[in-house]
Amino acid sequence: MDLTILLFLVQDGITNGAIYALLGFALVLVFAVTRIIFIPQGEFVAYGALTYAMLQGGHVPGTAYLLPIFAFVALLFDLYAERSRITGAFLLRQGIEKIVVPLALLFAAREMAGVSTVSSLILTVAIVAALGPHLYRIAFQPLADRSVLVLLIAAVGTHLALTGLGLVFFGAEGQKADALTDFSIDLGPLPVSGQNIAVYVATVLLIAGLYWFFERTVQGKALRATAVNRLGARLVGIRTKGTGKIALALAAGIGAVSGVLLAPMTTIYYDTGFVIGLKGFVAAIIAGLASYPLTAAAAIAVGLIESFSSFFASDYKEVIVFTLLIPVLLVRSFASKHTDEED
Amino acid sequence: MTNRIALCLFAAIIILAPFIPGFPPFWIILLDNIGLAAIVATGLVVLTGVGGLTSFGQAALAGFGAYTAAVLTTQYGWSPLATLPVALAVSALAALLLGFVTVRLAGHYLPLGTIAWGLALYYLFGQLELLGRHDGISSIPPLTVGPISFHEPARLHAVIWGALLISGIATLNLLDSRVGRAIRSLRRGSTMAGAFGISASQAKLIVFVYAAVLAGLSGWLYAFFQSAVTPSPFNINAGISYLFMAVVGGAGQVWGAIAGAFIITELRDVIQRVMPALITDSALYEPIVFGVLLIVLLQVAPDGLWPLVQRFLPEAKPRRIPADAQTLTGRDLPVPRGSEILKVSDATKKFGGLTAVNAVNFGVKSGEIVALIGPNGAGKSTTFNLITGVLSLSSGSVSFAGQTISGIGQQRIAELGIARTFQHVKLLPDMSVLENVALGGHLRGRKGLLAALLRADRAEEAALFAEAARQIERVGLAEHMHKPAGSLALGQQRIVEIARALTMNPSLLLLDEPAAGLRHFEKGQLSQLLSQLRSEGMSVLLVEHDMGFVMGLTDHIVVLDFGTKIAEGPPDVIRKHPAVLEAYLGGAAEPRERSETVSGGAEA
Repeated sequence: MDLTILLFLVQDGITNGAIYALLGFALVLVFAVTRIIFIPQGEFVAYGALTYAMLQGGHVPGTAYLLPIFAFVALLFDLYAERSRITGAFLLRQGIEKIVVPLALLFAAREMAGVSTVSSLILTVAIVAALGPHLYRIAFQPLADRSVLVLLIAAVGTHLALTGLGLVFFGAEGQKADALTDFSIDLGPLPVSGQNIAVYVATVLLIAGLYWFFERTVQGKALRATAVNRLGARLVGIRTKGTGKIALALAAGIGAVSGVLLAPMTTIYYDTGFVIGLKGFVAAIIAGLASYPLTAAAAIAVGLIESFSSFFASDYKEVIVFTLLIPVLLVRSFASKHTDEED
Repeated sequence: MTNRIALCLFAAIIILAPFIPGFPPFWIILLDNIGLAAIVATGLVVLTGVGGLTSFGQAALAGFGAYTAAVLTTQYGWSPLATLPVALAVSALAALLLGFVTVRLAGHYLPLGTIAWGLALYYLFGQLELLGRHDGISSIPPLTVGPISFHEPARLHAVIWGALLISGIATLNLLDSRVGRAIRSLRRGSTMAGAFGISASQAKLIVFVYAAVLAGLSGWLYAFFQSAVTPSPFNINAGISYLFMAVVGGAGQVWGAIAGAFIITELRDVIQRVMPALITDSALYEPIVFGVLLIVLLQVAPDGLWPLVQRFLPEAKPRRIPADAQTLTGRDLPVPRGSEILKVSDATKKFGGLTAVNAVNFGVKSGEIVALIGPNGAGKSTTFNLITGVLSLSSGSVSFAGQTISGIGQQRIAELGIARTFQHVKLLPDMSVLENVALGGHLRGRKGLLAALLRADRAEEAALFAEAARQIERVGLAEHMHKPAGSLALGQQRIVEIARALTMNPSLLLLDEPAAGLRHFEKGQLSQLLSQLRSEGMSVLLVEHDMGFVMGLTDHIVVLDFGTKIAEGPPDVIRKHPAVLEAYLGGAAEPRERSETVSGGAEA
């Protein structure tokens, strides 16, 4: 192995690691706020990548149709839950949130497909992020007070359903998008593409953005308060249902961004997301589903291990990455030892 | 017994069904698929439904059974039947190794761990040359036993359902045994289990291996059913689907596993066979239907579907205790009456910067009732946890009958004869009072997993239950014996905990707020019971807030405040002790003659 290969592997590892870091953040965020171990995070990545690829190619992506359907089901859930106290203001808000916005996005997707990279990018993130809150309303909000295990099983169910929907709406064919830019610079023997740089910039920006959101905004603080103590947060007037939706909107948005970044680098299939998401998981769990900086560091480590093991033992790449999780879980278990773990 | 007979009848009908003239062959295949899945799901019933360990990795464990059969028959020319013990042993060994790590994972880390190794094993199956990589192993010979070949579908069908019947009965036997009760106690956390000498990690490992052996059995049958083995039936989605079956059926019961396997397999068949007539590409919709169904089910019937069916079935008869049950042997007093049985020396417990218990010294003499009192947060329950080995001492020591017990672990301490109750009741609410109390006799039984599966444990079980029933009568709850423990009033549940502790046949009884939640009359009864125990030589250490109860009953009182002992002596001295009055009432209070009920509130 010479220096060039080494540098390539490192670059590859860091780029993948940065994507895993983004997903790891989303997972930490969702877990902290809702206690959901969010297995379907990877599906948002696949949705993001495929939506972006289709928009760029001038097609209307399936997610643009999926959004109004999700929103409509969520609307039915809300109407049923609030059936005894429906007011005009409630209907107006619901109508805008669950009918007007989704249909507007669908319209925009039909009109603006293939127009420009930037419009595709913005639309992708908007559509996929908008799926998050509706998904929370339908699948998780009715289970919000149940145990972590029930939520985990629900998350697995959601993963299955979203993968299936991905297959229906995007088909079994994989897609690859054009690079965001053809810009490239050489660092010594190593060419660094604009795409790689975009991945690093996006990761850093998102870290900064999340930091700003959680430290400087009331919404962010409400999310943190919910994470610390649900009941306590409710007692001081935070709508914990709302925080769950915000968390999933952020997670879906982060997933979409990761998908957009990934789409030009590798072919994405409807079910590619799961394994990518799980690697974000490995990172998030190394960080104990708690710390953002630690997640970032762990994600880079996972990316590097993966990139080196794909060079030395490519057949066993997945085996190595997932086996790695077990000692980590073990250490985490001992670290979080409390005297009584009742279910 | 009726459950077993019903299971036999049901299996017999299914086994004989192919002999009905005109029985469609594809139904046989469908029933075989159901049977194979139900065997795995039965293992999950014990593992997840009863033991509370959620595993997404059962499919990978089934893979060990299938690949063992495939490799040994095709590459080493073994006879199919000879591979069965090896297949089960390989699955058990794999589970033992995986389980050794997995059962140590706490809370939600455990299911995540099973996803991790489930995925890793799947990828591994697909990469190993020995296992034929992604193409797998084909042309596995049909199952033969001596001259009989099970190539014919109806015969293999009988083998599969026979295996399910055996698995089901073994599982019913397991659940109704000493080991089964230990497994059930896992859901209440390791502290309660440990207090009765049950090693939680050992019990977890037992169920983990048991479930894996069933998965391995299913995989072994699958190899001969398909005549080929590929990695895909052992991937994480299959593992999810097995768990799904257990959840859909109702994860706590064998019938739930069969019902779940039936529903899911049938549903998958309908999607694959019927829906293409309605929608093209209907296979696309399978994961959507399953995912949506799982979520709907969690929202509307969180306990699964079987409990809904069960409502229409007759209630199980209460357990009979044979009159000729053996009596369990008692325990000699470890020290003569009046000499010190428990000695707490300079016991200190620090949680980070907080000193919860600070250099506390006291002793309990054999045949004495000692009370540990103090305001909320004084460190009483922490002291209990230090004595029983739930928490480790930061410094100091505890000795029992002259032997140092600090650091020897909860189970060893229980074995020496220290039994306890809990401030927050730790019973299994769905289990009957009798079974809950029988859990206390865990250390007085010997029979293990094998005896339970083969039902060679009946005499010992009868003796344990007879002892449990005796203790329930002794504490005055005989009429509630067969009710679910969760249906009793909280005060009564505390008394059930005392009966459970007594079933352990201890020499020292630790009671954490036994009188809380009792009515006046019941307190009188409890007081009488404890006096009687004392007269029989039992030593008692209790934490209690009801001063009337404490003053009238105890021989000696130790008072803690902010983790430090502030007074100690007989009730009359403590009643007037200035430091005690200050701790309870504040400095300004004048000593009064009748200030007995100082604080009635329970600690949060």
